[in-house]
Parts: sequence; structure tokens; C-alpha cells
Amino acid sequence: MSTNNDKLVLGGHEFDSRFILGSGKYSLELIQAAVEHAGAEIITLALRRANEGGMANILDYIPEGVTLLPNTSGARNADEAVRIARLSREVCGSNFVKIEVIHDSKYLLPDNYETARATEILAKEGFIVMPYMYPDLNAARDMANAGAACIMPLGSPIGSNKGICTREFIQILIDEIDLPVIVDAGIGRPSQACEAMEMGAAAVMANTAIATAGDIPAMAGAFKKAIEAGRTAYLSGMGRVMEKGASASSPLTGFLQE
Amino acid sequence: MSTENQMKDQHINESILSDEIKEHQKKNRIDHMTYLPDMEVLDSDVMDRVIAAMNEYDYETYTEADVRRALAHDSRTPEDFKALLSPAALPLLEEMAQCAQAETRKHFGNSIYMFTPLYIANYCENYCIYCGFNCHNKINRAKLNPEEIKKEMAAISATGLQEILILTGESRKKSDVKYIGEACKIARKYFKVIGLEVYPMNSDEYAYLHECGADYVTVFQETYNSDKYEALHLAGHKRIFPYRLNAQERALKGGMRGVGFAALLGLDDFRKDAFATGMHAYLLQRKYPHAEIAFSCPRLRPIINNDKINPMDVHEAQLLQVVTAYRLFMPFASITISTRECARVRDNIVNIAATKISAGVSTGIGSHVEEVEEKGDEQFEISDNRSVDDVYNDLLKLDLQPVMSDYIYV
Repeated sequence: MSTNNDKLVLGGHEFDSRFILGSGKYSLELIQAAVEHAGAEIITLALRRANEGGMANILDYIPEGVTLLPNTSGARNADEAVRIARLSREVCGSNFVKIEVIHDSKYLLPDNYETARATEILAKEGFIVMPYMYPDLNAARDMANAGAACIMPLGSPIGSNKGICTREFIQILIDEIDLPVIVDAGIGRPSQACEAMEMGAAAVMANTAIATAGDIPAMAGAFKKAIEAGRTAYLSGMGRVMEKGASASSPLTGFLQE
Repeated sequence: MSTENQMKDQHINESILSDEIKEHQKKNRIDHMTYLPDMEVLDSDVMDRVIAAMNEYDYETYTEADVRRALAHDSRTPEDFKALLSPAALPLLEEMAQCAQAETRKHFGNSIYMFTPLYIANYCENYCIYCGFNCHNKINRAKLNPEEIKKEMAAISATGLQEILILTGESRKKSDVKYIGEACKIARKYFKVIGLEVYPMNSDEYAYLHECGADYVTVFQETYNSDKYEALHLAGHKRIFPYRLNAQERALKGGMRGVGFAALLGLDDFRKDAFATGMHAYLLQRKYPHAEIAFSCPRLRPIINNDKINPMDVHEAQLLQVVTAYRLFMPFASITISTRECARVRDNIVNIAATKISAGVSTGIGSHVEEVEEKGDEQFEISDNRSVDDVYNDLLKLDLQPVMSDYIYV
């Protein structure tokens, strides 16, 4: 695989950056610097944070030229997600939508069934649907069949910074789903973002890890490098890992030479 | 409460008692555990489980090692919560605060939500001996009409706030559900987030107010010790302990998104009350996993005609212990810090564990605009008079991010 002309394609739109940045949990004034250091071309935004015409309106702080990815946080079922998505298209003027359907206030784990339902409705309405989901192969297939533009499985619970606890299952999605798989939620440090990319993830979305860093723009920059390194490693073909020490000293196929 | 119980009670707050109240306490009163007609009875075991857990809680048995173990845990159990609220945790308050701050940042980043309460009426049918609105307290009573509510809301909205908490005294007669509903409908025009802190009602009434635009309901249980509750709430609907305790569950059944909980610290044994408050929220969140949980941490304050009221043994350190214990037990919960506390305490607590702060507060009726003629007296004295701009700027100085709304009504 070549590293030249390596684009992330979502709903027909091409992106050079594979780092999707979140805009929550840190001061609005830092968003621009974070985007620049991250080299991010897509930034997520909770529509419920938009405060049009009012104080502290997050929309006023999104740099020009960055693709807005509104999310449906606050939705507890498919119908609410659909309503928020339609509103987000009006407010943000973007066809992109990240579906978040959550009716668990403790862990904020997504509801795959309701998410697939919302995906189907919104894809038919022309949205570029990016569903946030729990990494389950059947659910991912449902979402793909429903018209999703990518699949966004969680690495671990939102905000936990625990890394890719669902590694085996995300790997299955990467192997089996013919859509970009973007690891979202739980990525706590650049090395984990790199790991996701080495696994073959198409992109990484991160927020809390950057928002809770001492130097937010610098951490955004660190993630950028890690994601690029992981992508290059993946495209270069990862070296093999010796699981039982060196090569077997008595080959099982030696008899073929006898 | 029987004389025997009173002798055992180490937590009598003398500052709320007067000779007149002591006389009233001797009179016969209705049974506080029996529902009145028209009060909806839920088939729920939450109250019994909360009370049983509280009764079992012996905070003297916890040691420093228990507290350290609780702090080291990744997610904390009710047993950890007990340790964190125990006297053994007080010497570890700095560690608790550090840990609570890390949890707050993880779940909320540096966001602090701003709001203001709007008292639309102070008529009350209850006799809660520590409250300025109680029906025997001689204060100026008032109720805003829709036009006045509109003026007040317009004035509040002009300060930049997007969240309002509508409050009334607890009088179904003077402030009926329809009246509160009309206030919600007006609020929808000016605000994104509408919360209610009004008398407990039935789930169909909560459903109606949800349709009118409200999505959050807070009910202070005051104390979870039913004997003490009985001795403090001498008359009115509020006297019925189980009806109040189950209000949050009825609100959730009525379709509200979030519910708020509080014990009024200083009325009784604050450790037990704080524990029961946390368990109440914990059990309801397990039963209704989508419910957004909020805590308030009010301490007793002086009222008109009794400036001596104080929170007994709940000093600032104990308050901080309660707030940080809530945060560590339920890291995802919203925690509001009241204007009952001074600016110094509030600013420090939002920097550690609280996520919500009121600003531009008055607990009186009709005080946001001059044109509102009829004015009613306040519920309690506030300790932080800062305007919305002041609080906004002070949050920025703390490197915190004031958030006006993080919510969509769907």
C-alpha cells in the first residue's frame, strides 16, 4: 500500500487528516489553537452546546475551513437523534452528523439498536451518518446496510482515557466492515491513538485526553504525530511479532525435504 | 418523636427552635407516613432500601485504610461512599479534593453551568420550622402574574443566562400546576433549560409540566430521618414523608430528563443524610439508567424572624467532604453549589467538584425588575450577591469555562 495520496473518504468528501477533534470540556478560546496543532480538518460539536446569538456560543469559536461534525448528544432514542440531527443541519449547515444515542447516564454507553434505526432514517434523508457504537459486528453490519458513512466503535467508555479495551472487537470490525472504522471514545494518550491506527483504523476521534491535558494545543500536536505514525506503520506493513521466541528449530515441514 | 428518641438524638439544632415552635411540636399532628387522598402511591421499594441502608450505616466503624481504599478504586461502591463520608475521611480531605477534581475534569472538563433561580410565588401551606416561607412566618407574600413573570424572565435572559430554575412556595392552592405550567411556557420563550423546584406532585402532573417545557425536577428531602422529619415539618402536604421521598421517581415516570436530590445539611446527622441522599440517587439511576442525576448541598441559613439559624456541626470542611464524596461516588452527576455559601467557598468548590453555579440570585419574589410592584420576602439569606457578569468573569479567572446551555429539549 502506498502512503501517497492516502485520503480519508467520508460520504464522498476527502480528508488528509485522520484526527477528528472534539470541542467539549475545554475553554472555547483554545479550540482554534487545538485545531491548528492537531492539523484536524473535522471537529465534532454537541449541537446542544450551540447558543446562537448568546454568550459563550461554541459556533463562534470554530475556525474557518474546518468541517463541522455535529453530534446528537442528548438523544435517548432514535427519534430524538433524528430530531436533533435535522436541527443540526439547520444550525450548522452541515450534512455530517455523528449519531450518539445514549440512555445511560453513568457510563454513557451507546444503544446500538436505536443508533442503527436513526442511521437508516437519516441516511435516507441525505445525511452523512457517522454512528457512534459499541463494537458489535452484527450491529456494525446493520449500520453499514442502513447507509452509514463509517463506523465509530468505542475503545472504552467516554472520558475514561482507558485506551482500547475493546481491541479484539474493533479489530473484527476493521477486518469485516467495508467502511472506514473510526475509533472513538476512551483514547487516553497518543500511544493508544497510534495503536488504533496500527490496527488499521481509518481515523481516531479524541476529546477528553486533549481537554484534560496541561497544555491542550501541545497535546493535540502529540496526537497528530501519533496518528500519522500509526497510519504510516499500518500502510508500511507491520513487521511480524515472534510469539514463541525465534523461528522453530525443528520445522514441522522438514519432512518435505526428506 | 418520642421523648426516648429525643434523649438519644445528638443532632438537635437548637438554632431553629423557638418557644412558639416547641409549643407547636407538642400538639397532635397527622401521621407523616400516611399518604393523603389524591397522592399517587408508587409500587416502588426505593424508599425502603434507602432507609434500610441509612440505618445500617455506622460511620464510626470506618478507618483511614477504608478511606484510602475507596480513593484508590476506579469506580466506587456504596461501601466506599460510606467510608468517604465517615469522620475518618476528614483528615484526608486534601486527597479527596484532588481525586474529586480529577473525576470532575474527566467527566465535565472545565465546564461550569450557570443558571439562576426565579421565585414566582412564596405562598406556602407547610410549617417547616427552619424555612422563611413557612405558613406561620410573618413575611410579605406575593405571587407573580404571567405579565410579571415575563418581565422578570426577560430581565434575566438579558443577562445572558439560558437556564432558569422556577421556584414556588409549596401551596397547591395559590400556585397550582396550571400556573406553574404557564410559567414554564413563558420560560420556553426566553431560556433553553427549565428546571423546577416546586412542591412534589403526581406523575401525570409532572408529565404535564414536561410538556410545558420543563425537564428537570429538584426536590429537597431535607432529612431522610423520618422521625426528625416529622418534628421539623409540622403541617401541610410536605409533612407526608414518603410522598416527598418518591417525588423524583414520579418525575422520571412523568418523562422528566433529570432529577435533583438534596438533604438540608444541619437539620440532622449530616453524614447519614448525605449518605441517604447519595443512595437515593444511586438506586434511582440503577432503576432508570437514563436519568440525569443532580445533587445540591444546601446548609441551613438564617431566615426573616430568625437570624440565628446555623448549620450546627456542618462547617466548611464537612461541606467539602460531602460535596467531594458525592463526586467520587457518582462522578457523572451534576452538583450545584448554592448562594447559601459565600463567593470564596463557591469558587473553590466549583474548582474541585461542583459543576453548576447560580448567579444574579434573589430568593425573594419579583426582584429582577423595578416595575414589578408586588414584592414578596425571601426564603433565606444569600451569601453571594454576585451578578451574572461577576460570576462569569470569576469563573474565567479560575480557568473554568462558563456554559450557558448544554441541552436540547426534544
